[in-house]
This record gives sequence, C-alpha cells and structure tokens, in this order.
Amino acid sequence: MLRTTAAVVAGKAARAASRLRGGGSALPGLVAERVDPGFLTQALRDVRGGIVVVSGTNGKTTTTKMLVAVLRAHGRTVFTNPTGSNFTRGVISSMLGELPLSGRLAADMAVLELDEAHALRFADAVKPTHALLLNVARDQLDRFAEIDHTAQLLASLAEQTTTGVVLNIDDSFIARIRDRVAPGVTVTWFGVDGSIADRLPELQEQDVRFEDDFTPPVAGPDDGLLKPADDRTFSILFGENGSASVGPLELQQRGLAAMINATAATTAARALLGDAFDPAVAADALRAVTPPFGRGEVVMVDGQPLELVLVKNPAGFTVALGTYGSTPVATMVAINDNYADGRDVSWLYDVSFESLRERGVALTSGVRAYDMALRLQYDDVPVDAVEADLDRALDAFLAGHPDEPKRIFCTYTAMMALRRTLAARYDLPDIGEEAS
Amino acid sequence: MSDGQDLHDEGQDLRGADESPQGAGPDGLGPIPAGDGTAYAGAHPAPVDVPIPGEPAGSARVPDAGREGKGVIHVVHLYPREMSIYGDLGNTRTIAARIRRHGYVPVVHQHHPGAPFPEEAHLLLGGGGQDSGQVRVEDDLERLGDRLRAMAADGVPMLMICGMYQLFGNAFITVDGKRLPGLGILDVTTQGNAKRMIGPVVLDTDFGPVVGYENHSGSTTLGSGQAAFGRVRSGLGNNGTDGTEGARSGNVIGSYLHGPILPANPALADALIGLAAERATGRPFEPVPQDDAYADEARNRQVRRLVRR
Repeated sequence: MLRTTAAVVAGKAARAASRLRGGGSALPGLVAERVDPGFLTQALRDVRGGIVVVSGTNGKTTTTKMLVAVLRAHGRTVFTNPTGSNFTRGVISSMLGELPLSGRLAADMAVLELDEAHALRFADAVKPTHALLLNVARDQLDRFAEIDHTAQLLASLAEQTTTGVVLNIDDSFIARIRDRVAPGVTVTWFGVDGSIADRLPELQEQDVRFEDDFTPPVAGPDDGLLKPADDRTFSILFGENGSASVGPLELQQRGLAAMINATAATTAARALLGDAFDPAVAADALRAVTPPFGRGEVVMVDGQPLELVLVKNPAGFTVALGTYGSTPVATMVAINDNYADGRDVSWLYDVSFESLRERGVALTSGVRAYDMALRLQYDDVPVDAVEADLDRALDAFLAGHPDEPKRIFCTYTAMMALRRTLAARYDLPDIGEEAS
Repeated sequence: MSDGQDLHDEGQDLRGADESPQGAGPDGLGPIPAGDGTAYAGAHPAPVDVPIPGEPAGSARVPDAGREGKGVIHVVHLYPREMSIYGDLGNTRTIAARIRRHGYVPVVHQHHPGAPFPEEAHLLLGGGGQDSGQVRVEDDLERLGDRLRAMAADGVPMLMICGMYQLFGNAFITVDGKRLPGLGILDVTTQGNAKRMIGPVVLDTDFGPVVGYENHSGSTTLGSGQAAFGRVRSGLGNNGTDGTEGARSGNVIGSYLHGPILPANPALADALIGLAAERATGRPFEPVPQDDAYADEARNRQVRRLVRR
C-alpha cells in the first residue's frame, strides 16, 4: 500500500510537471508504473461494474467516447482515458488525475481505449471483464507488421476476457475470434443490417482466407445492427424484428464509420447494462456526443469552419473521403512519416483520391508533401501548391481561402502540430483536456 | 460500364470510372467483370479482380482496332489479392498510367491462383504478402513455374517485390529449418528471421538513386555471380550485412522496396515500360518526355534526409 501511495504521489508530480511543460500524456504513467508495477491492478480493484477494453484498428477513440457517454447517461460513474493516449502508460497517466492516495479508483466501470499491443500488456496486469473489438485493418505495419498478427493479438485479448466479448459480425478477422473465448463468456455481435451490406468493402480490409470453412454468424435479438435511413439518420436494431431498437437518431459526427462506431458502442452498453439499458436514454446520449479532436473536429477560423480529419490508414482515409466527398470544400492534405504516423507512406497508394479531382487540392504539406502531391498527380487531382512546412502551409491555406469552409486531412503528428498552431491563435480546448 | 473507347486518354477514361453509383467506392465495389482476355474457366470459382486505386474501369479490356496508340502492352499483376500489400498495387497503377502517358495502351491483367495465365504478357509485376497470402499462391506458382522461367529467359521484364522476390529465388528457409523451394529465376536464398528489417531505404542502382521502404523478416543472400539490384546507401537491404539490395538477372528485378517503389523512381518504371514496349511492338521504345518534378523532389528529399555524407 505504501508503495502504491508513493507511486501515486510520484505519478501526480510527474503529471503536474509534464502539464506545465505542455508535454506528452504518457510520461507520468511511466513514472507510476516504475514505482509500482502492480499499480494498475490496485487502481482497478474497486471497479466492480466492468472493466471494458475497446480495441481494433479504426474507431477506438470515437467508440470509447460514445460508450462512456451512454453508460454515464444511465447514471454509471465511468473511468476512461479520454486523451486518445491508447497505451497502458497513457491509461495510468489519466488515472492519476482522479486517483486518491489509496491508489484505488472510485468508479462503477472503467472503459479503456487500447491499441492491440497495449491491450495485451494491460490484460497481463488486469483481466478485462469485457472486450469490444472493432475491426482489423492495415495500420502502421511497421509496428504490428502483419494483419494476421494484429488479429492474433485481439484473439489473445478475447481469450483473457472474463465475462463478455462484443465482436464485429462483418469483419471476418474479428468474427472468427468467437471460437477463441473461454467457456461461459458471452459473445455479442454488432454489425450492419443487410440493407447496406454492399457498403462494407469500403470500410474493410480484404480477408484472403476466403476458402476455409468459416461460417459467418447470424445476428440474434441481443445483437445490434446498423440500419441507416439516409446520410445522417439511422437506427440500431435490437430485439425480434427490431422491437427494442435505439433511434432513429442523428450523430454530430458525419459518416458511415461514425454510425458503425455508435452501433458498436450501443451494443456493448446494452451488454454491460442488461435490463437497466434504456433505448431512449442511449439515443439521447449518442446525439450529444461531440466528435473527438481530429475526427471531424471543427475549428472556427475568421467565421469559417475548418475541419481537421485524422487519416492513418487506407480504410480510414477511404472512409474519410467518402464521408466528406459529398460536400467538397477547399482542401489541404498533410502527411508526416514519424513513428506515430506510420513511417511507411506506401498505404497512400491503397487509397483512391478521385473524389478530390473536381475541386482539386489547394496544398499538400508535411514531411512527405511531395509524395502526397505525386500520389494525387497519379489520380489526376490538381494540386495548387506544395509546402512541406506545416505552419507555412497553414498560413497559405487560410490566406488563400478566407471566405469559405476548409478541410485538412492529416496524419497524427501533422494534426498535433497544426492543432497546436491553431490553438495558439483561436479558441480551442487543449488536447487531453476535452470535457469528460 | 462501357468506357473502352477512351483508352488513349487517361483523363477521359478516369471520368468514365466515376459513373459507379453514389456511395460505392470509386472503383466500384461489386465484383468487377474480368476483361475479355481473362475469362475464367474450369472447376475453380471465378476469382474476382481487386480494385486498383485510381486505375480506370475496363483497363483489363483489349482496345478496339484503331485504338492501339503506339501499341498495346499487356501487363500482368501476379496475385493482386494475396500478394500486393503495402501499396504494391501502386506499381501496377504507375506502370499503366505511364504507358498511357507514353502514348501506348496498357491492358492490365490480374492473375489469380487457379486461373489460366494471360496469353499475352509483356511485363510482370508482383508484390509482398502476408504469410497466409503466400501460402495461397505457392501451388499456382509451381504450376506456372516452367512458363515463368521461360519468359524470364526470353527477356520479359519483371519486377517482383518483397514476398514475390523471395518466391522468385531458389528457396525460403523457415525459422525452424524447413526448406520451401522457389522458382529459381533469381539465384538468391532467403532465411526466415525472428527480427524484421524495417525502415526507409536509399539505393544506388543502374537506374540512378532509388528510394523506398523495406519491411521484411527474411534475410536474403545472393548466389555467387548473382547481381544485386542496388547498393544500400541507407537502410538494411537483403540482409543488413553485405550492402546489397534485391537482385537482377537480365530483365528480372527482385527488391524488398515498397513505397511503392515505382512512383518515386520513374526512371525504373520507364526502363521496364521501354523493354515491354519493344517486346509488344517489335520497334524501339518511343517515349514521350514526362513531367516528373514531384517524383524527383520526393525522391531527392528522401536521399537528402537519409544519406549521411
């Protein structure tokens, strides 16, 4: 116990110091972890309503935010890691803000967004009661190396989950995980209704193992299926013939991917809450969720909206282009190749940029600005200018398109840099300080 | 979609591809019918072509008479579904687009396991794959072995990246010592490793400086007398020790470089196209000068970033 208190104190001190410097969110977690390796186990000991890990390639941050919103709307106190720092140390870092010196978190539930590798490291310390597994797509292959490997990581996570897993019925990498869970662990599915099944390929990775004997599951009454009514309005079907459905409702975030995230979050919330789940409460909570930073976040710049859209892999970029393609605006694309972006930019050739052809792209920027311009050239998308320096590119972009809406597609570190510059000039919530 | 009329004009052609229904991906998400030249027959279910981002629909179609431009060049991508991870389809896209820009007409064939091999093939491309993908092509590759070896001996240009580079070698020795035979077109042997070689690469090659990105666990050794594709100036290359990258025998090039390799290294792309054009037409290659300013700047920046002087 003394050791844990020491860890909390050391971690809190590091957290305060790193905030003063405006530094990263993982450092204080590292400090606490060093002082007490059992820190996580201890911190989560009193959390009895469920320890939920949300993992998968795309949509973790949005889905986590939605799940937490729905659970809180049902009166549960929920600990989460809202910083988008989806490594174990990031989780500890965000805990430190809420933790009494006893080192035990006072919350009904914990909902943690973790990337595939860190989800397993977390499970080594604390067995999750529930896992919500979203999808497997190529993302930063220099870290996870291969899709097969990523799918294996998630399967191991599911094996260690003690009560229930919520799986994507439409992603065969994820759906196969049903055969890996321990006896007695409930499998719940989320997915899309048959009426929009033709749109799945734009969201998903190719599974090349199409000749084996895997039989796709069939959704039952406790499984959630997305049924869109139009571009913005949708319902999540539950129950016999949709008798217990959530919606119709409209999210603040646009696009099919956000609707699927909402379906995943709602299905998980229903599995966690059981009879306490109220479809009307869930719908209201989802309507109120604002997009997480960089996921379609809108900054008002001189009276005009500027959208920041994070892109990090082919599936995500394709979905983003599909989401925003129907409303073309002045566009900039910023591609960095730092570790957090994925150092290999090959994936840009697995995205089709034709939807940008008519309006063209005002600027490409970032370390790989010229590679991006070259990629667009191969899709016959006109590029007005290439400026590798992000701040100079931002200035030119804002100055060149003062009286119209603007959009920047950007990789992770490019987004962080652009957002820092924007935050210094305009009124933006700090990253990591997002209302939780 | 019948936009076969405009095969000479890439811009026209691409607009044709935009006719796919709203909400569907730009390349059309449903099964794309195989071009006439690649009708699938036999006991196997008709494999479905994969969308090549940016490539116009119908580019597997042989152009009508009078629409051949300077000549029709048949390009075959081997196993695009199983073996084209890390953007390797971008190489096929680059080749097809540049063939058009040089005034020729490409016919892009996708060869799937079990399908008949296209009758005409002037240029072959292959990419990297996951282990599960690699397993799925081995039997087919063995079936095609004699034909591919004959084509290589006859001078057909081929660019094989990563996994397909390894399969074009003599053998792949797994971590547990199992020997998986390759085609033996390139005199290289690859040893499976626990550690991956990952990162950006700069090479010196016969085609000038070449940039790309490697990501492989296999460690490859050249046989005595086997020429490398390039000398490593930055990165690890075949094995991280002897400074070689890839292999080249005649017109067959194997390399670990993704990136994909061709867009940022147009001299290599045009060398392959030139060889293919000569085979297709029986005449010397008649190139059109290209604006490669973006490609040159993208490449030069990587060279400046990565090579310490």
